[in-house]
Amino acid sequence: MSKPVDLSRYAFNGGETAAPIEDLSRLSSEDKERLVHAGIDVRDTHVSGAFMHLNHAGVHCRTNREGLELMGIKEALKKYDGLPQYFWKLLSPEKDEFTRAAHEHLQGGYFIRARKGVKIREPVQSCLFIKGSGTGQSVHNIVVVEEGAELNILGGCATAHGTREAAHLGVTEYYVEKGGKLTFTMIHNWGESVAVRPRSAGLVGEGAVFCNNYILLKPVANLQMYPSITLAGRGGVARFNSVVVAPEGSYVDSGNRVQLDAPDTRGEIIARTLTTGGTIINRGYIGAGRVPARGHLECKGLILGGGRIHAIPELDSDVDGVELSHEAAVGKIAQEEIEYLMARGLDENEATPTIVRGFLNVDIMGLPGPLKEAMERQISQLESGNAM
Amino acid sequence: MLEIRNLHVSVGGTPVLKGIDLKIAPGETFILFGPNGSGKTTLLMALMGFGDYTVTKGQIIYKGQDITHAPMYERARLGMGMSFQRPPTIHGLPTEHLVRMCARGRETDVRRLAERVHFDQFLERDVNAGFSGGEIKRSELLQLMAQQPDLVLFDEPESGVDLENMSLVGHTVRYLLDSMPDDCQGTLRERKQRRKTSGLIITHSGPILEYVVADRGQVMYHGKLCCEAKPREILDHIARYGYQECLRCLAGDMYGKIAEAPLS
Repeated sequence: MSKPVDLSRYAFNGGETAAPIEDLSRLSSEDKERLVHAGIDVRDTHVSGAFMHLNHAGVHCRTNREGLELMGIKEALKKYDGLPQYFWKLLSPEKDEFTRAAHEHLQGGYFIRARKGVKIREPVQSCLFIKGSGTGQSVHNIVVVEEGAELNILGGCATAHGTREAAHLGVTEYYVEKGGKLTFTMIHNWGESVAVRPRSAGLVGEGAVFCNNYILLKPVANLQMYPSITLAGRGGVARFNSVVVAPEGSYVDSGNRVQLDAPDTRGEIIARTLTTGGTIINRGYIGAGRVPARGHLECKGLILGGGRIHAIPELDSDVDGVELSHEAAVGKIAQEEIEYLMARGLDENEATPTIVRGFLNVDIMGLPGPLKEAMERQISQLESGNAM
Repeated sequence: MLEIRNLHVSVGGTPVLKGIDLKIAPGETFILFGPNGSGKTTLLMALMGFGDYTVTKGQIIYKGQDITHAPMYERARLGMGMSFQRPPTIHGLPTEHLVRMCARGRETDVRRLAERVHFDQFLERDVNAGFSGGEIKRSELLQLMAQQPDLVLFDEPESGVDLENMSLVGHTVRYLLDSMPDDCQGTLRERKQRRKTSGLIITHSGPILEYVVADRGQVMYHGKLCCEAKPREILDHIARYGYQECLRCLAGDMYGKIAEAPLS
């Protein structure tokens, strides 16, 4: 069902020794603007670290936080003898043509590790940026939250203004160890002619929590991803919240997969999708191999003025006593809700965005202050922009 | 304030209201009685301008303007406000946000208004999400207080409300209609002169009559209004004889006789 991507059309080599950018605030205002739309505010000082990968190379990496490691993946591989316990452990390079290509062209990516017991509230900003048409970007990221640690990552992905015909391949492996907590918020701002193939997987240990937020409010030509999380330790929790908006020309095939493989685990996948002319395939899968295990899956879609939403929720288990449920809906804004607001004096042009804003509801992501503000700005732009 | 002339309304192609005439003066509160399915709610919905309620004949004049076919938001902005009996849930929209929108830019101390209806603990909750009957009523009243309408349409303010909440709901309805501070006594005449907000209230059982000053009432039966009298008298009569007498009255009307409601 996914649209094919011809990788031979993109240049994956060249520029590996790009000059570092010491101060991200010295990026052009145009680039900064694009990054803001990917949730990255380079002026934000309430961060625990910042990383930037531009085209084929890492250009910025900074942290001064005790217990937080942040470095380029190549440096980490060198420093830790190839990271044998983490590198290509959750995904196989042979998975598909995109993992093969990512394996072949390791340009960079980040290694982020919160050391045992270290709780870091301010987010690490990590930014993957493509500038220049025909660019093929390929990164490998590894995130490790050690026992009892807490980490919050804001991952913004964007293309520079005017970038056409680009491709992004990104392999990411997440490890949340016993009692750890990882909140990973990914925001995409690609573009109308960009092909995107992230390949992610995660392993969540005993009593650990993995919260993943995904926000896509901007056009993307062809995106397909299906991150897969395995809860391998007793009492593990995984929560996915996605907000996907597809304007005309966008093709998004995305979803989340949670495998409950230990007792007392919980998985929750909540996706809100909205098309204003694009195509969204909204997948979700919760499987359970051990009990007690509880999982809930929500795929809700609104079609506003054309487009297509294909919701595919799946539940799978072969054990007695499992509790899995799903709720899927594809529809329109209820006239009853519009009329309720109109009876309070809002005209249709005020009532519709108010309801859409509530439907997308990024509030449930529990974003920390600065991120929340960045998202509110994006939603406001969505309301006043042409996406409605 | 409001003048309804020979109003006929259909819902889904079925005629429900069959020629309603009604005038409500500024500051006056009118009480509408009638059995289930008689068309009371239809009248309120048609006045507010809901899409499924089609006016097939007649006129609605509000503050001198013909609003028969005006969109809902225009009616609301002209000063019509409605308390919904079963309002929809709007997920992701905190009640406080909606209350602010009701005020349409007027400076409003939402928290203070919310305290008035004991709703300050609920302001962050999504609109009507899992609200009890009493919470719905208080949320509706809070929105209306922010909206400050000149004509308030209430559909059964007492339904689903326990005794304790009834007093709160009743006093708040009174406050909305009185447009007078609580601590201001005033003579009866002064109060009446001051009262500018009009009300149209549907009630089945009448507890709201303990709280509001209402001089006029009428019974709706099969889409027609009959038996204008003091609300208390109507209530007593219905309690004693049910709505059967209305049927007799309307039947008499149909035969072209001058029918008097047999009020004792």
